[in-house]
Amino acid sequence: MDEIFGIPTPLLFGQLLLGLINGAFYAMLSLGLAVIFGLLNIINFTHGAQFMMGAFVAWMLLNYLGIGYWWALILSPLLVGLTGVILERTMICQLYKMDHLYGMLLTFGLSLIIEGVFRNEYGSSGMPYRIPADLAGAWDLGFMFMPVYRGWVVVFALFACISTWLVIEKTRLGAYLRAATENAPLVQAFGVNVPRMITLTYGAGVALAALAGVLAAPIYSVNPQMGTNLIIVVFAVVVIGGMGSILGSVLTGFGLGIIEGLTKVFYPEASATVIFIIMVIVLLARPAGLFGRA
Amino acid sequence: MQVSRRNILAGAAATGALPLSLARAQAANTIRIGVMTDMSGLYRDNTGPTSVAAAREAAAEFGASHGFRVEVIEADHQNRPDVGVNLARQWYDQGMDLILDVPTSSVGLAVSGVAREKNKAYINVGSATADMTGAQCSPNTIHWAYDTYMLARSTGGATVRAGGDTWFFITADYAFGHALERDTANFVRNSGGRILGQVRTPFPGTTDFSSFLLQAQASRAKVIGLANAGADTQNCVKQAAEFGLTRRGIKLASLLLFVNDVHGMGLQAAQGLVCTESFYWDMNDKTRAWTERMLRRVPTNYPNMIHAGCYSGALHFLKTVAAMGVPAAKASGLDLVNRMKAQPSDDDLFGKATIRPDGRRLIPSYLFEVKTPAESTKPWDYYKLLQTTSAEEAFRPINEGGCALVRS
Repeated sequence: MDEIFGIPTPLLFGQLLLGLINGAFYAMLSLGLAVIFGLLNIINFTHGAQFMMGAFVAWMLLNYLGIGYWWALILSPLLVGLTGVILERTMICQLYKMDHLYGMLLTFGLSLIIEGVFRNEYGSSGMPYRIPADLAGAWDLGFMFMPVYRGWVVVFALFACISTWLVIEKTRLGAYLRAATENAPLVQAFGVNVPRMITLTYGAGVALAALAGVLAAPIYSVNPQMGTNLIIVVFAVVVIGGMGSILGSVLTGFGLGIIEGLTKVFYPEASATVIFIIMVIVLLARPAGLFGRA
Repeated sequence: MQVSRRNILAGAAATGALPLSLARAQAANTIRIGVMTDMSGLYRDNTGPTSVAAAREAAAEFGASHGFRVEVIEADHQNRPDVGVNLARQWYDQGMDLILDVPTSSVGLAVSGVAREKNKAYINVGSATADMTGAQCSPNTIHWAYDTYMLARSTGGATVRAGGDTWFFITADYAFGHALERDTANFVRNSGGRILGQVRTPFPGTTDFSSFLLQAQASRAKVIGLANAGADTQNCVKQAAEFGLTRRGIKLASLLLFVNDVHGMGLQAAQGLVCTESFYWDMNDKTRAWTERMLRRVPTNYPNMIHAGCYSGALHFLKTVAAMGVPAAKASGLDLVNRMKAQPSDDDLFGKATIRPDGRRLIPSYLFEVKTPAESTKPWDYYKLLQTTSAEEAFRPINEGGCALVRS
């Protein structure tokens, strides 16, 4: 059997593919974070809790109302996004003129409260959520067994990332958004309702987190701490990609997923730390991140 | 009487001192049990509020007719040894008479050291590591409900006997995972099996195990030993099914699985897994009656062997304090623990059980298989009994653990 660095080639290909799949989650989550930071200047520490809420709402829709995965994919982001809108209108909007630290404290505190409430209500051992029947099964790729659902996750995540990027970079709405971040009063003077636009942007960022949560529900244990585990890595991804850079965070998400996947083969003990080592190196060399503007 | 400033001051001092001396008398006559557990993390359902409720249930059943009050206090150690050690010091210094539960082996072992240093009593229920009564044993510690050796012998032994003679381990990278892997690997080797490899996964913080599962598959082992717990185990089981490992005939040995984990995964995902516990709520009329009482305290979470152990441990502790008298029990944790070891514990859940000099309590262990959705007929009807290992055989022989208390 062919080997690369002592690892059988089929295993290595398998790991690369898995890295790409995990990267898809990182990309989806960091995308939402980057959108919120880029346009609102708020570091949204509630993102992990909102990811978890997305998965839980999918579970609730199924168990309380009998609504399955496909509708959950639409309804859950809408519902969680709505909570985001309320959050922005009632609390976050007070903080735009203050130091970053206040936004961080508020969103971090909120995430602890949200997780605590869910833990109190549903316990910590998680909720069962099955892979939808249409996406069950797997393809035999020769070098590995590729579950259909994981393939779907990659395709869907890519689709979501590209469409978000297109909306922000190529549409009139995106142009307004970008202009509003540069100079809000001027944009307002042209008759654009900037506060409403910012509220909806936050809602959309939150909806992206919830969407990732629905995608994650069938393959990860749906429990209140599921967001906490991922969000720290995702923050590192955003920092490495460059705060606020949308394309940067997507590319970095996929790239770091692959690097993490390879670490799991060569030195598994370091797989949770490797991203932070890269973060330190990148920050030393390019403090604004790989794709960020200083 | 002439009202002078001196009289007023003396009167005020006397009224102030009265409640103070009363409080002191009450403190001297109150036995405090501190349940240190995971209230907010991934082991919350396996331990957590249900452990606290179990200790409270024991205190309530023990009653107030023994001449002293019982107080049960709870705290969250957040699965961090530093938090656990600080809390243990603070508690013992403030007159806590027993620390109970303490899941997460790294924290459990650290608190054992504090109990010894402060000469206080410590019943560990929640931690799994067999080092608790082995290399790191302490005269002040009793290990109550299970350990890694018991799990390895029961689940590991049965899997090898069923033909699973080549193993690959997915191990949580901390004290508990290492101990469970080591103890299981010994069993596999002694039964003629081989270990083909292992991966150590960062804990906490790993959510995707597919990469490790593929490595396990590439090793061509017949059995993947899951030396982890809680959400880690759940993710492994879910993802092994997703990547078709189980369909290809690879068996999963979930070396530590609680009934609450099965509930979390759902029977669809968990069916057919084998696991070992020393207690199951639906074993007999007594366990069912106790579970009913517990459900009044914690309606959504059924008790597992840790919760049963917290109840049983607290009850045995209180009976021993009543037999010794409160002043003697408070004077020395070592004497108290020695008295607890001298008489067998006896309760509705485990029956009579002896405690060895190294602190190991001996109880039978049960190998269960998780039912299929069709076999399950009522809420939390998850296990069927495959095999029982007697109390004498379930745990590591006393002379093999390397405990200094045994040699002396």
